[in-house]
Amino acid sequence: MSAPLKYSLPQLPYSYSALEPAISAQIMTLHHSKHHQTYINNLNAALVSQAAAFSKGDIVAQLHLQEAIRFNAGGHINHTLFWENLSPAASVSSQLASAPKLTTAIKARWGSIEEFQDKFNATLLGLKGSGWGWLVQDLNSDILEITTSKDQDIVPAGKKPLMGIDMWEHAYYLRYLNDKGSYTKGIWKVINWKKVEERFGSGIEDVFGPLAGLKSVM
Amino acid sequence: MSATLLRTSTAARSALRAGASKRAATIASTSFIRGKATLPDLPYDYGALEPSISGKIMELHHKNHHQTYVNSFNAATEQLATAEHKEDIQAQIALQPLINFHGGGHVNHTLFWENLAPSKNGGGGEPVGKVKTEIEASYGDFSSFKTKFNAALAGIQGSGWAWLVKDNETGQVQIRTYANQDPVVGKYTPLLGIDAWEHAYYLQYQNRKAEYFGAIWDVINWKAVEQRLK
Ligand SMILES: [Fe+2]
Ligand SMILES: [Fe+2]
Ligand SMILES: [Fe+2]
Repeated sequence: MSAPLKYSLPQLPYSYSALEPAISAQIMTLHHSKHHQTYINNLNAALVSQAAAFSKGDIVAQLHLQEAIRFNAGGHINHTLFWENLSPAASVSSQLASAPKLTTAIKARWGSIEEFQDKFNATLLGLKGSGWGWLVQDLNSDILEITTSKDQDIVPAGKKPLMGIDMWEHAYYLRYLNDKGSYTKGIWKVINWKKVEERFGSGIEDVFGPLAGLKSVM
Repeated sequence: MSATLLRTSTAARSALRAGASKRAATIASTSFIRGKATLPDLPYDYGALEPSISGKIMELHHKNHHQTYVNSFNAATEQLATAEHKEDIQAQIALQPLINFHGGGHVNHTLFWENLAPSKNGGGGEPVGKVKTEIEASYGDFSSFKTKFNAALAGIQGSGWAWLVKDNETGQVQIRTYANQDPVVGKYTPLLGIDAWEHAYYLQYQNRKAEYFGAIWDVINWKAVEQRLK
């Protein structure tokens, strides 16, 4: 088996301070350059070990590595999706008008955008420990749902992630301390609705992009 | 649980003396008087664990985080009492995750404050007596124990705690990790707990959690651990 694919930190499409005041530059800097980078480093290390175990035919070691791969790959995928579905408050992308089809679907499902946001925030605040809140679309029924995933679990197969919010304490603590309610309120100002609309209208492979396989390189 | 800080009100203590199950059977119809959990006072100042843990962290951690677990636990037990009174079994079951999480948060933090002490009041150093003997029996020597404990802390994927526990069946001590606020109950007795939630260190150490895990050993209250092992 050849050397495994090596993952690298994606560049942010905006500066570290661009999401102020909803998310401070200090948080963004640490979150991207340290936390996300650590998931990638640990993922790459685990994949190297996995390749070695594979070439030795060591199925036991491969199973032992699954926990580290699941956690760190999840961390990489979730943060990548998260950065993409944020944008500076003043940008056109952050205006709800950039998501006309999704707005219609949300209103049909929850009655109003406010009602949806209230439900989403209540779900975020109900997390017990580290985890993520997601707006997903069920691939069989097309129904929109608010779900959570614990720690760095990704959205399960059968659901297409449209928008993810990081509820680990590192995502808000330096600015909001234990007042996570203010974080969940503030984050709506920097949602990249244009991106969420785009995910709503595309297939799941396009949502994950190269994370779901490099088509041209293979 | 021998935690002296785990106080409840007078009503609760007498209710506990009466025996919880007997009470349920005999006085279910009268009322659901039960003790409210309360935030324990710390046996030291917020700044007393510096430089291992900053005063700001201690203050937020105790006054805000721990208080929220106490409040939410009390709210959940009130709902549980109502559900019991109505004999609504589904509602009782639905409340269990909240009881586990917030009750666990209260118990864990209470034990945590107790098993810390300022270095000027005896915090840090190495265990002696029975604690030392038991740790050496399981881990060879104190320094390998510390290394293993720190590796357990570093390996927690998400929020959680690492504990030195006593196995109630064998009497042996061992390191175990628990997710989120899952409390040490059942087969194990909690001896020493370290909070590995990000709120426990982030303001001071940010992503450098290994530094926090290294520094906390300077403020471990081994006397409290010894009391719990007895
Ligand atoms: Fe994160
Ligand atoms: Fe967890
Ligand atoms: Fe804590």
